[in-house]
Amino acid sequence: MMSTTVPVSGARSDGSDDKRARYKMVAENVSVHYGDYLAVRNVSLKFPENSVTALIGPSGCGKTTFLRCLNRMHDMTPGSRVEGRVMIDETDLYDSSIDPIYHRRKVGMVFQKPNPFPTMSIYDNVVAGVKLNGVRDSEILNEIVEDCLKMAYLWDEVRDDLKKPAIELSGGQQQRLCIARALAIQPEVLLMDEPASALDPIATQKIEETIKDLSSEYCIIIVTHNMQQAVRCSDYTAFMYVGDLVESGKTYDLFHNPKNELTAKYVEGQFG
Amino acid sequence: MIHSGLLLLQRDHLGGRVAKAGRPPLADKLFKVGTTLAGVYVLAIIAIMVMHLGSESWPIWEEEGVAGFITGTDWNAVEDRESFGALPYILGTLITSAIAMTIALPLSIGIAMFVMIVPKRIGQPMGYLIELLEAVPSVVYGLWGLFVFRIYFRDLVEKPLHDAFGDSIFLFSGTPFGLDVLSASIILAIMIIPTISAVSREVMLAVPHQQKEAAYMLGSTTWEMFKLAVFPYSKAGLIGAAILGLGRAIGETMAVTMLIGNTIGAAAMPQSLFHPSQTMSSIIANEFIEASPASIHMPALIGVGLVLLLVAMLVNIIAHYIVTRMLRVREGAIRN
Amino acid sequence: MSGTDSSAPTRSAGRDARVARRAEIRAMFKSNVKSRLTVDRVMLGVITACAITAIIPLFWILGQLVVGGLPALNWEFLTGEPGAVGAGSINVGPAIQGTIIIIGLSSLIGIPLGIGAGIYLSEVGSSRMAKQIRFFLDVFMEIPSIVLGLFAFLAIVLLLGHFSIWAGAFALSLIMFPIVARATEEQLKMVPWTYREAATALGLTNAAIAFRIVLATAKRGLLTGILLSISRIGGETAPLIMTILGSSQFFSSLDAPMDALPLRIWRFSLLPYEDARLAGWGAALVLVVIILAIHVGVRYYFQGRGGSGSGSGGLAARNTQKVNWSIGGRQNR
Ligand SMILES: Nc1ncnc2c1ncn2[C@@H]1O[C@H](COP(=O)(O)OP(=O)(O)OP(=O)(O)O)[C@@H](O)[C@H]1O
Ligand SMILES: [Mg+2]
Repeated sequence: MMSTTVPVSGARSDGSDDKRARYKMVAENVSVHYGDYLAVRNVSLKFPENSVTALIGPSGCGKTTFLRCLNRMHDMTPGSRVEGRVMIDETDLYDSSIDPIYHRRKVGMVFQKPNPFPTMSIYDNVVAGVKLNGVRDSEILNEIVEDCLKMAYLWDEVRDDLKKPAIELSGGQQQRLCIARALAIQPEVLLMDEPASALDPIATQKIEETIKDLSSEYCIIIVTHNMQQAVRCSDYTAFMYVGDLVESGKTYDLFHNPKNELTAKYVEGQFG
Repeated sequence: MIHSGLLLLQRDHLGGRVAKAGRPPLADKLFKVGTTLAGVYVLAIIAIMVMHLGSESWPIWEEEGVAGFITGTDWNAVEDRESFGALPYILGTLITSAIAMTIALPLSIGIAMFVMIVPKRIGQPMGYLIELLEAVPSVVYGLWGLFVFRIYFRDLVEKPLHDAFGDSIFLFSGTPFGLDVLSASIILAIMIIPTISAVSREVMLAVPHQQKEAAYMLGSTTWEMFKLAVFPYSKAGLIGAAILGLGRAIGETMAVTMLIGNTIGAAAMPQSLFHPSQTMSSIIANEFIEASPASIHMPALIGVGLVLLLVAMLVNIIAHYIVTRMLRVREGAIRN
Repeated sequence: MSGTDSSAPTRSAGRDARVARRAEIRAMFKSNVKSRLTVDRVMLGVITACAITAIIPLFWILGQLVVGGLPALNWEFLTGEPGAVGAGSINVGPAIQGTIIIIGLSSLIGIPLGIGAGIYLSEVGSSRMAKQIRFFLDVFMEIPSIVLGLFAFLAIVLLLGHFSIWAGAFALSLIMFPIVARATEEQLKMVPWTYREAATALGLTNAAIAFRIVLATAKRGLLTGILLSISRIGGETAPLIMTILGSSQFFSSLDAPMDALPLRIWRFSLLPYEDARLAGWGAALVLVVIILAIHVGVRYYFQGRGGSGSGSGGLAARNTQKVNWSIGGRQNR
């Protein structure tokens, strides 16, 4: 299935930014096998710069699997195999002559399950990636920590005990810490796998605001099971079903005029 | 199993009424008493052992005084001129163990990391091999050290070092003969490497995949991934592994006895790497059979044994508390 | 849904400032990937060097054992009495016999005690008491074996007035029983509670439950623990020095001194003769073959069949458990 629906003009939902979109990332014919099992089949998608794309689909359809391709996270999964190409800024992520680290530092990722470094302090968790990039100046680090924790809507809860080990946070707090950690490396692409699944409505709302806020300079790809969330904060939406990309396009179009019957059913079934 | 059949027969004979009446059947009582005795056995043994070692070494504490025995350096078993001090052997044990740990710990963690990084088809056989080598008896390591390793080590390492630095650096003074502190420490290190690396490997393999992914996501190299995700997470286990190795090194007898040169008295004070010496366990192994129970020579050796026991238990108990405390921090918090 | 922002101008002004600041920060990031990758390569080299450095002596030992020991092996060597040193006939018949006898006798003492203690820890004792005993078992396991030998000397040799197999077996059983106890406990813990509940519902007594249901289920893992503890005591030398003493005769009585392979190897190493050295390698080869055979056998026999319980394999698993154990009662219950 080769439905590469590509929005051409980067019409932002609030109409504030109407220049032509450039593609930050392009996935071409990506397939992923786990052993013999084909989890993602021949998916092609383009992700415009300065936009939010939502990946939706029923559980187990391969959203996480596809998202991990965009960061070469499958390198570490024994038995998995990725085919196809993923271009980021015109270079191939899977080019074996370039170490993936060059790309990974441009791509931040928030995983489906919160995975902060448990024994490190909150502060150290946030700056871990920054320090890898050679920034040591403590004033800058402090600034980054505050900024990122604010964006992740965690600052108010932890500002007084930044030295506390991350494991002592609640699940939702850990998830927001992971968001802050991903933001701290100042990525150009942000991959978020159900970032709000463990959050209460207020935190969810704040995270959505952050996502919208950041969309003016980042390329954000977010997996979500929450249709309203996709509508609220994404510009484009892609619908996957058992490993296939069924339909993709502008969020408004996909939700209001789905071209595919499956999409219509899925969207209606849970929407409204 | 035969036993349990009997128990069942007996129960049937009683028709099971006894159990219902709330009075435990005889077999059950015996079972409880028996297993409880087995459980308490270890406590009894420890108590009796400490008592025995204490009372049998009493004459030496009386003769030399506790401080005198522990800080003394004489070792003279000649009748009427008896004088015993354990300091050289205590130092010998501590120093050989420390050197062995310094060598073995980085190497072992290096091996464990190597086994993790390389493809499974190389890593797994290597893991098995390491486990097998842990089972090789220490007397065999000693034999190899004495007849093989010592010769090469003396000619290729000790002599050149001694010739170059023997006069200027005290560590390399002495006579490089291959039967000395350094060669004993190296054999010790070789012996404890399998122990430490096997445990470190298991502990590091237990680090969740998500942790490693988090590090890679931030753009880590493999080495940075270890620093960010693996070492902090497995710290308690790695310390446990190290202390397990340290315990082995402190208590190890045969290989050390065969390689340390076995000097006694003040001559056993570890003065340089190339100086023969003696450890607590090796002096016991060397002299125990010849010691006459009538003189205070045997109480002196038993006193050394008591000190060795206390040092070993201390190391273990400290380890236990460090590891428990570190883990409590982690476990108490995993509530989500 | 795409609501228009009422405070758009101010918000976007603030946003612009933040965007600019982030760009500045991003500019501070060093392009250091190359040097970091170099560090990574160097560390990989160091790690590989570690692995090779540590593996070399181990292969060397095994190789030397075969090269040095094979020439000594023949039927006479394995079964004969040791002749006069230097006369060209040094045999290890009594030593092999002694090793087998002493392993058997210490197993007879150590295994029942160990299993009993394991059952106590897992099924009988109160959790507080069990925790204390577990702690002392772990401490006891790390007591140097030569100290256990000293204790056996004081408690048995001095009591009876002479060296004997009994004393040696007692010393080795002290090494054995905590290992068996902890292995038993770990295996019992893995038996699902539902088995016990079902058995209780049938009206079985505690004893019957423990022996019939639980031990039968955990049998395989238990056997692994026992075999590994046997391989451990088979190579022990130090505690035998002051208990069985050594002898050049075949077995006569449990109440008399006896020889054992590790002890004989040590004695050989002290002799300045060439044939003693050859015999030492031969004896070492025999000992190592016996011990490794137990290990390899355990691994292939039990792991191939997916033995009950975690990595019912090698010492490493056992030691790791120990590290975990000494960590003390991790929410297993
Ligand atoms: N490591 C793995 N090994 C083997 N199969 C896997 C692995 N990870 C995922 N799968 C399989 O691949 C398919 C897609 O999984 P994936 O995690 O991508 O789903 P998902 O769309 O993210 O679902 P959810 O919404 O529940 O998170 C599933 O059928 C799953 O069983
Ligand atoms: Mg998923």
